[in-house]
Amino acid sequence: MANFTPIASLLGGMLIGAAAALLLLANGRIAGISGITAGLLSPQAGARTWRVLFLAGILVGAFVANRLGFGPLPEIAASWPLIILGGLLVGFGTRLGGGCTSGHGVCGLARLSPRSLAATAIFMAAGVATVLVLRHLIP
Amino acid sequence: MKLRHDIVALIAGLLFGAGLALSGMVNPGKVLGFLDLFAIPAGGWDPSLAFVMGGALLIAVPAFALSRRRAAPVCAETFHLPEKQAVDRALILGSALFGIGWGLVGFCPGPAIAALGLDGWQAPLFTLAMLAGMAAKDRWVG
Repeated sequence: MANFTPIASLLGGMLIGAAAALLLLANGRIAGISGITAGLLSPQAGARTWRVLFLAGILVGAFVANRLGFGPLPEIAASWPLIILGGLLVGFGTRLGGGCTSGHGVCGLARLSPRSLAATAIFMAAGVATVLVLRHLIP
Repeated sequence: MKLRHDIVALIAGLLFGAGLALSGMVNPGKVLGFLDLFAIPAGGWDPSLAFVMGGALLIAVPAFALSRRRAAPVCAETFHLPEKQAVDRALILGSALFGIGWGLVGFCPGPAIAALGLDGWQAPLFTLAMLAGMAAKDRWVG
């Protein structure tokens, strides 16, 4: 097993879970990043302030933690056309599917939603299949 | 109530971002190392992300259970929870497209935003494309 970081990943996951718990129990909101982000794009989505503050918090929280030495820096092998294609697919797909790794994968599974279980199984399988093609099938 | 509500959103975001950094999710290389199940035979698989998911659920499952026993959240009037139940074509197709994009680069929406302040031009480019993809869905599909 390569680059395995069980303790840091478990603790980081617990922080993510704590953030989702706080947003739910205090504000009644699902911590789904794609949904919160998309809410800023559509004019009828209502309150913007909390969405901006939550997303800004993610950016700042990650920056501070990283500069304090917690966790790795991003290493990205994809070329720029692949990055653009990936971003388009992630944006379009998460809106069409109603959620991403956080909304379906963490919050949806935590509320035992069959819809989120299906979504999580599908995007995991699609991710695994894509990496299989890129890393093992294309010479 | 409004001010408290917005401050809570900021604090939740800070925790979320710190979690994404500490867990390694901000690193697409690590994410792809998890999705690369076919590296298991050669010993190149990184199971860390299963621990991220496990750690998050360890806290989120009891929180959602607790929320069911409460009439309202602390700083807002109602819970805003998804009402859809059906596994429909949009869910299946959307999740598949998302998974393909995730596997191409290694970013999903949270880590892409978390990496905006870290090194490199890739996270900003990915995030712009992601916003364009979201807008395209709203425009063409509704």
